[in-house]
Amino acid sequence: MKIIVCVKQVPDTSGKVAVKPDGTLDRASMLTIINPDDLNAVEAALKIKDQTGCEVVAVTMGPPPAEKMLREIIAMGADRAVLISGREFGGSDTFATSQIIAAGIHHMGLNDDDIIMCGRQAIDGDTAQVGPQIAEKLGIPQITYAGDIKVEGKDVIVKRMLEDGFMNIKMKTPCLITCIKELNEPRYMSTFGIFGSYQKPVDVYDYETLKDEPLIDKDTIGLQGSPTNILVSFTPPLKGAGVILEGADKNTANELADILEKKHII
Amino acid sequence: MDNYNSADISAFKDVWVFCEQREGVIQQTSFELISEGRRLADELGCKLYALVLGDNIEKQAKEAAGYGADGVVLCESPLLKTYTTDGYTKVIVDTVKERKPEVVLFGATYIGRDLGPRCAARLHTGLCADCTHLDVSVPVYQEFLKGASTLTPERIEGTSSAIVMGQQHDVSHDLKMTRPAFGGHLMATIICPRFRPAMATVRPGVMKKAPFDQARADAAEIIRPVINLTEADFETEILAVEKAAKKLVDLIGADYVVSVGRGIAKDVEGGIKLGQQLADELGGVLGGSRVTVDSGWLSADHQVGQTGKTVHPKVYIALGISGAIQHKAGMQDSECIIAVNTNPSAPIFEIADYGIVGDLFKVVPMLIDSIKAVKAAK
Repeated sequence: MKIIVCVKQVPDTSGKVAVKPDGTLDRASMLTIINPDDLNAVEAALKIKDQTGCEVVAVTMGPPPAEKMLREIIAMGADRAVLISGREFGGSDTFATSQIIAAGIHHMGLNDDDIIMCGRQAIDGDTAQVGPQIAEKLGIPQITYAGDIKVEGKDVIVKRMLEDGFMNIKMKTPCLITCIKELNEPRYMSTFGIFGSYQKPVDVYDYETLKDEPLIDKDTIGLQGSPTNILVSFTPPLKGAGVILEGADKNTANELADILEKKHII
Repeated sequence: MDNYNSADISAFKDVWVFCEQREGVIQQTSFELISEGRRLADELGCKLYALVLGDNIEKQAKEAAGYGADGVVLCESPLLKTYTTDGYTKVIVDTVKERKPEVVLFGATYIGRDLGPRCAARLHTGLCADCTHLDVSVPVYQEFLKGASTLTPERIEGTSSAIVMGQQHDVSHDLKMTRPAFGGHLMATIICPRFRPAMATVRPGVMKKAPFDQARADAAEIIRPVINLTEADFETEILAVEKAAKKLVDLIGADYVVSVGRGIAKDVEGGIKLGQQLADELGGVLGGSRVTVDSGWLSADHQVGQTGKTVHPKVYIALGISGAIQHKAGMQDSECIIAVNTNPSAPIFEIADYGIVGDLFKVVPMLIDSIKAVKAAK
């Protein structure tokens, strides 16, 4: 049994985000981090490894520097990693990205008792689409928004969260699960893990590696294989500044209460 | 392999809205989408259908049509009673292939965001996630850009066409799907020029629900596609469906929202209590910024912002919230924004109608007293 964890290196959008004059993101000026929800997927995989001794493999698609992120996940406890990287894969939307990652997983070999884990969504795109689309391309069942995961042999029982409650769902492996933040508290890299992380393999799959995979076709990968296009990107205008009520004392509070009354709010 | 890039998109017409039902009750966000879908269908010059899957659900489906649809594509089976990825994907994909709608919209709910990507991948088409604005008509879209963007008039004029596969492409018949990206720091408009249906999940609470029209509901055409679904199509089994024990916060429908942020850090419990008291005084609900949820101070259903909920209440009061773009994305369309923050240069003051520079722990108790006094004087 192995657990394949899909991870993404993302710009840290919680900090200062720089936008270039043409309305696109100035990625070069931003720090990159492991997508936060993906760390919950890594932790979920490592918990199952702790119980069963299964293998954990981290997979990402991205530029060569993403290898550093994969080493960090190995330092957390993963056994090995795969970096899917190539110019041909650039410009992919969620459809084409899932096509390529599914091809990479197929190339690696997906066995009957394997599980794929993803984070709920990435903080740069916030689409939550690549996980379900990988499952679809591989023809395996999925459960999204996992709030609890139990593995019993080839059965996986997942508490699938909803806005107003949850469902308990059972499915057979191989299958894909997307993990939410509430699922667990991701562990830190261990000192031992950091020392060992460069001894473990990070394989690179480029276009040459994957070109004979049935899912890889020039019409289904990269910009040309992406069904969606960006028409335009833009920044919203600032709303006109309002009134600052000076003071922060009793008079200010009264003034605001009067405004609320005049507006028929109270 | 098929030559995917020569799909005949002219064979597709009509707009469909997937109506999400839970325990036989169609969700509010589906009504919002039907009302929005009406506008898009009118712009495209086609019909609007509510796509309803369930068991014994005809009455509710016709009612949904009363919010703006011409008809209902009704898929009924005991196997569709409760949502499953397997069953719903199969039936929707079969029905879309047979009847060829041009646009399919889903609510960006936990279910819509599970189902939409799966359907889009199987249909080999594009899906745009969590949209906050939709258009077909280019003039209407460009008018929207004038108010909603900082683009130059020339750049706005240029959005009537795009370069697709190296060629100039006229976008006048494409669904223009606008959504926040990069945590709300940027907005992007996405098109799906080469494939149909164009699919989008749409953020709940953003589109406005039209008044219910009984005559329209009564007149709704009912289409019943043949359903080919058996137990063998299911790879998952639902063991239990449970409602949350605790009533969740209904931020989206609230007229008054009082949200707390990092400013309560020095006394989390006291800060939440003050926020709740102020909300109670106004008859509103308590919300929070991302940090309050990430730090475990408030449960996730309280979160306002790009990764939380979008609200447009009559009054939004931000207490100790700096106003990161990710937060503003979820509340900037509120009718009146009031901000209390110790930092005079906090970005929240750029969008606030009324601001008080001060410590929320001092200002809020005074404000509650003042509101009580005004009420008592009536």
